[in-house]
Amino acid sequence: MITREDVEHISWLASIKIEDEEKDEFVEQFNSILEYFHQLDEVETEGVEPTFRVVDLANIFRDDVACPSLSQEEALRNAPRRENGYFKSPRIV
Amino acid sequence: MLAELKEQLRAGSAEEYLSRLFEKIEKSSLNAFTTLARESALKHARDFDKKPSQGLLAGVPIAIKECISTKGIETNCSSRILRGYIPPYDAHVIERLKAEGAIIMGKTNMDEFAMGTSTETSCFGPTKNPWDPGCVPGGSSGGSAACVAAHEAPCSLGSDTGGSVRCPASFCGIVGLKPTYGLVSRFGLVAYANSLEQIGPLTHTVEDTALLLEIISGHDRRDSTSAEKGSYLPGLKDGVSGLKIGIPKEYFGEAVGEGVDERVEKAVWDAVSVLEGLGARWQEVSLPHTRFALAAYYVIAMSEASSNLARFDGLRYGLRQGEDRDWHTTFSEIRSLGFGPEVKRRILLGTYALSAGYYGRYYLKALKVRTLIKDDFLRAFKNVDLLASPTMPIPAFRIGERINDPLSLYMADVFTVPINLAGVPAISVPCGFAGHLPVGLQLMGPHFGEATVLRAAHAYEAATPFHEAKPEVV
Amino acid sequence: MENVIIGLEIHVQLNRLQSKLFCGCSTQYHNSEPNTYTCPVCLGLPGSLPVLNRKAVEYGIKVGLALNCQIEEETLFYRKNYYYPDLPKGFQISQYDFPLATKGRILIKGEDGLERDICITRAHMEEDPGRLVHAGTIDKAKYTMVDYNRCGMPLLEVVTEPDLRSPKEARAFLDKLKSILEYLDVFDGSLEGSMRVDANISLRGGDRTEVKNISGFKGVEKALSYEITRQKNLQRRNIKVVQETRHFDELRSITVSIRSKEEAHDYRYFPEPDLVPMRIANWVPAIKATLPELPDAKRERFVKEYGLTDDHAKSLTSEIKVANFYEAVAAKAVPRLSAVWIADVLKGELNYRDLGIDAFQAEHMVEIVNLLSSGAITEDGAVEIIRTLLDKGGSPQEIIEARGLGKAGDETVKKAVREAVAENAAAIADYRAGSERAMNFIVGQVMKKTRGKADPGEVHRLVKAEVEKV
Ligand SMILES: [Mg+2]
Ligand SMILES: [Zn+2]
Repeated sequence: MITREDVEHISWLASIKIEDEEKDEFVEQFNSILEYFHQLDEVETEGVEPTFRVVDLANIFRDDVACPSLSQEEALRNAPRRENGYFKSPRIV
Repeated sequence: MLAELKEQLRAGSAEEYLSRLFEKIEKSSLNAFTTLARESALKHARDFDKKPSQGLLAGVPIAIKECISTKGIETNCSSRILRGYIPPYDAHVIERLKAEGAIIMGKTNMDEFAMGTSTETSCFGPTKNPWDPGCVPGGSSGGSAACVAAHEAPCSLGSDTGGSVRCPASFCGIVGLKPTYGLVSRFGLVAYANSLEQIGPLTHTVEDTALLLEIISGHDRRDSTSAEKGSYLPGLKDGVSGLKIGIPKEYFGEAVGEGVDERVEKAVWDAVSVLEGLGARWQEVSLPHTRFALAAYYVIAMSEASSNLARFDGLRYGLRQGEDRDWHTTFSEIRSLGFGPEVKRRILLGTYALSAGYYGRYYLKALKVRTLIKDDFLRAFKNVDLLASPTMPIPAFRIGERINDPLSLYMADVFTVPINLAGVPAISVPCGFAGHLPVGLQLMGPHFGEATVLRAAHAYEAATPFHEAKPEVV
Repeated sequence: MENVIIGLEIHVQLNRLQSKLFCGCSTQYHNSEPNTYTCPVCLGLPGSLPVLNRKAVEYGIKVGLALNCQIEEETLFYRKNYYYPDLPKGFQISQYDFPLATKGRILIKGEDGLERDICITRAHMEEDPGRLVHAGTIDKAKYTMVDYNRCGMPLLEVVTEPDLRSPKEARAFLDKLKSILEYLDVFDGSLEGSMRVDANISLRGGDRTEVKNISGFKGVEKALSYEITRQKNLQRRNIKVVQETRHFDELRSITVSIRSKEEAHDYRYFPEPDLVPMRIANWVPAIKATLPELPDAKRERFVKEYGLTDDHAKSLTSEIKVANFYEAVAAKAVPRLSAVWIADVLKGELNYRDLGIDAFQAEHMVEIVNLLSSGAITEDGAVEIIRTLLDKGGSPQEIIEARGLGKAGDETVKKAVREAVAENAAAIADYRAGSERAMNFIVGQVMKKTRGKADPGEVHRLVKAEVEKV
């Protein structure tokens, strides 16, 4: 069972603020969805390898060759806030 | 269709044709488009008229799903958080289309970040089904399907993570293909669930889909999961004589989920009979893990999504408003404001499924079940060439009918998600009507079995009239 | 210091590569305008996909082998999920289970003067985040500025066991690691930020703190010393050390807490779906065959082959460039004398001037050592030649001529001896009476007459012979 505290912790991990009044609704929805997911418990998977990718590929590389980069203007073009060629971020501490 | 259109454009005027489409879109109430690239498209058309270029799609307009990056044209995934983002580069498929002379006419509406089955979660509001504006067009590539069905565009590209090309193709009465995982480069496709998704065409005819696949498929060194292409147009008309078609018993009746609508089931069985009449044989097969596919799919998709969507924080692009505080608070608020409820739900659940203590129970478990589901398909394809089923268990539902009940929305994907889990190709072709709403037949093939899938779909289409039906809005 | 427990995580930029780890952006971004070395991939633009640089993996294996590690047969990348403004995708592509290399060791000279192995837990590949820039100090700045030029640089993260016992040992470890990396030609340590260290520090029985992102080896010693003192003082005042992450403030030479609301990380690692596994078992023999002689082996060979002392051999092999310089000189001049003059004199003069061995020509050193061994110049003269070459340039021959540094000829010296003996009868008498001081006085007179260009031992012998003749 997921609790209000779980939802708060997940919201912190996912960096998505959840308003207090939304929390109970999330708790309820999450529990019903997770309950649906729990039908996976019925499947015997002892000795079954997980499938991370459906096509069995390995060793795909590129050569170590430098190519032109974007210009500073192109790199910053979509930035909502910038300063002197830098992206401007909220303070980190 | 596209072949004839190409000839008409060469003889007539691409600019005129495109202008008529834009006019129609302006007047349309379907809400299929989000951005029209009017100026660049008309310029391209004028250039073509002056000096017709060569190329498989020379002069032909095409509509592109919101989540496929287009250089210089806003690409926002129908999400508030990405509004205003203009990519500095083209997706691989866009490069390929441009190289064949296609004209990018605009971007189409979708469920926010491709998370949905109805195109109702878009920040631009829902797209309407051309066959009934009170109904959803399916999703998440709802705009791409609706604009083609309503003849607002001759063809389009969508993306299919759990059915997002096939579902709207089925609901809107057109053709839609999900290629084998790796066949079409994902470079430039804004990721929702990387290990599941492929870009696919939406068209009026199977031949058009084969033509688009011919163009967009093939190896791209910028996508490490990319494979070599096959050949799809030659042999397309070779018929189905001698083909063995498997009918998965779990995809019919009350076997899984909420069951299949009787009218849908009947249309699909009729289609099987048509194929039989054309020389194919059918037999029942079993895909025993089908009923676990939805849960496995959603765990995997949500987990990958929670990581893919971590980059949207308003720092390098997209939504940023209000006073900055410390970064965590600021980003959390931007993300809360920028994402819609379904996207939040999936990110949060995916975060949970990957978090310490739950990884094994949810994510890893789902991947093991995925192996079993993939094995079901591999086993089936040892005995049959193709599988046939309904694309969707139901016809298009009403706008608003399911949006507040996430689980019931998820249930509608029951026949489409196993294909993405297994990575095999599948096509949806129109096979009749449930009342006034189209029904889709899903034909599935083994990995890289596109040529066979397309050949069977083409034979069926040639023998039936459903792809010629037009909704009233046209 | 036996109560101090230090483990290091060292992020090494494989900056001898041409392009970044997952995209084609150049690695030569140093001293450039911010955000001029980015592309959709390293900027994490929606829809972009990583493609792995093959040579980066080869370099990683090379380092792994040089650190005596086991190389994993199949290795893969994971996503390490966390939020930080320098991380444009909201996750770092790194390694987790099945890292490239595990269970290695490096030999260092410990605090007690004895040599011992420091164990390496693992070495794995990952992408460098961008760089955060602050107006003023990190804890006081009103906002943060981000430059993604560095983002996507190929990193190798080397993690040690908590085997180090003092800041000095940590320094010795880093020196040795740097030495090996430069021997392998995968790394240029002269570039800013090319090696960054996270240090875990605790006192026996106490909780540990992690000091993040220390740049420069002096910085590591300072940060560790400060942190040990801080923890000791807390202990003395009976205050518990809190397990936390701290930042080293270079300007103030202190560590400051950068705890966020919740310290417990949950990185939600899962395999990167946009990359495929690397099956590299069969790469290893070929790469092993290309490994150069490493510092420890070279040092042993120098002792054996050239008859050097262990100290000289160590000093000459700590930097590959110095070792190559030495061997170039030793091929054409007396090896032991060459070792003395390079290790004891030249290195000191270079250090003093903050110069590298590149600033001196091996041919010049050959000339100087040969002049010394033939007795054509004195030791003082040789030092003066080296200094002049470094400060003003030119060639040894020009300097010897311009400054008259050549040794006086035999006849000149003999003439000076005869004169000095004739001119100082009183001193000769004293010497005959047994005064060594008188002898030294006469030798001094001869040195004066030859303006120091005579060999004092030689002069002593000649004076003695002259006196006996008289
Ligand atoms: Mg690291
Ligand atoms: Zn780049």
